[in-house]
Amino acid sequence: MSKGMRVTLSQRIREFFLKRFRKIREINKRYEKSSIKMTPAVRISLLFLRIYLIFLVVVLVYKFVTLVR
Amino acid sequence: MNSFARIYYNYRRIAKTIILFLIISGPGVIVMLADNDAGGITTYAATGAKYGYGLIWFLVLLLPVAYYVQEMTVRLGAVTKRGHAEAIFSAFGPFWGWFSLLDLALTDWLTLVTEFIGMTAALSIFHVPPIMTIIVVAVVMLLMVLQGRYWTWEKIALVFAALNLIYIPGAFIIHPSISNILHQGAIPHFPGGLNNDIFFFLMANIGTTIAPWMIFFQQSAVVDKGLQEKDIAWEKVDTFMGSVFTIMVATFIIVVTGTVLRGVQIESAAQAAIKLMGINKYLGTFLAVGLFDAGFLGAICISLASSWAIGEVFGWAHSLNYKIREAPWFYGAYLLAILTAGSVVLIPGAPLVLITLFVQVIAVTLLPAALVFLILLLNNEETMGKYKNTRWQNTITTMIVVVIIILSTLYAVSALFPSLFK
Repeated sequence: MSKGMRVTLSQRIREFFLKRFRKIREINKRYEKSSIKMTPAVRISLLFLRIYLIFLVVVLVYKFVTLVR
Repeated sequence: MNSFARIYYNYRRIAKTIILFLIISGPGVIVMLADNDAGGITTYAATGAKYGYGLIWFLVLLLPVAYYVQEMTVRLGAVTKRGHAEAIFSAFGPFWGWFSLLDLALTDWLTLVTEFIGMTAALSIFHVPPIMTIIVVAVVMLLMVLQGRYWTWEKIALVFAALNLIYIPGAFIIHPSISNILHQGAIPHFPGGLNNDIFFFLMANIGTTIAPWMIFFQQSAVVDKGLQEKDIAWEKVDTFMGSVFTIMVATFIIVVTGTVLRGVQIESAAQAAIKLMGINKYLGTFLAVGLFDAGFLGAICISLASSWAIGEVFGWAHSLNYKIREAPWFYGAYLLAILTAGSVVLIPGAPLVLITLFVQVIAVTLLPAALVFLILLLNNEETMGKYKNTRWQNTITTMIVVVIIILSTLYAVSALFPSLFK
């Protein structure tokens, strides 16, 4: 009885997460293609944002490492 | 004809304009006054206490900054009928979409915690226990959205926004010298010279003027309110009036602390309120009530900004015009954010100072992306048509965005490494 209940519960949890992942995959598919025209200005802006993000990650990692030390 | 009727007759056009403004106004005034949240009040109080009236001119310069950024969200929302999160997903794909959504959810949640810190600190001055504050706030915030009409929610929020103006009569209690304010505050200068200390305060004031959640909130609110292209002009007025109010409130806080707390080091707005209580009971009460209201207004807007954004992306029903049973996930996300953020404040020994510090850093990871996307989206002729940015608007907004990105980044770095700018 209790084993059966546990199976049901684990199945439900699995189903819950599968449903969420399915939804995420669906969102990724829906927005797969960027709708904005990739002009040079857009490309440069996106490149800047990527570099900026990398810079922030490096700063945060450095702070974390110095804190741990 | 009695005197009231005569006054109304003589000024009927002005009266009708004001009534029309009160009917149409909403997202702009709310988002701008919510910008003066618990963290903002602390920043202004500390600025006044440290530099007196000396940096009022700088706040006035921030008025067009706030207006131009938020005005873009109005056009984008009214024309595309999409929130900012959905617009980013659609235009730039899943990578930037998920980055923006997850970063927004985290930043909003952390900011929500700081709003609860402000609210509990404000009411603890009146001996209200934190748990009572959090329960009452959570219930009121839930009741505000339960009635199932955006319009009703907006008008209730406007009442709380109006309460934010409490600092204005507060400043008159202490009879500050107008000539001193104009003499010291109107002319651009840096009290004590442009050193690291003042630079930190300038960056903090910019950081409190533009926050990522404001962009997402106003765009979603414009969509939820159902504003059309024809309403853009009115919504611009709403946003402009909001910018004026927010700078007025900030200025009056600086006047209060600059007059009576000059030279006192302020760590939090609640501490300033307690100190003011000792000088003038009513003044301290005004600051404490204003701090609570600022936290509350910030909390209702921030939690909605996240719920709208998540709802848009996941395709859930996400409007305040729906009842709970019609949009359970939307209201669920709203309630979850409130309850979890409120609970953190009640945990004994929770790292609240660290959270406050972390908010500044995390917000900076999202702000540049949100602002750059905003400008790029406003230049997309396919979706914006005649409402796309003009060359003049692009010049102004690009300058504003570049300055905000540089200063907010320096602010975050200085928050992480305090000794770097000393």
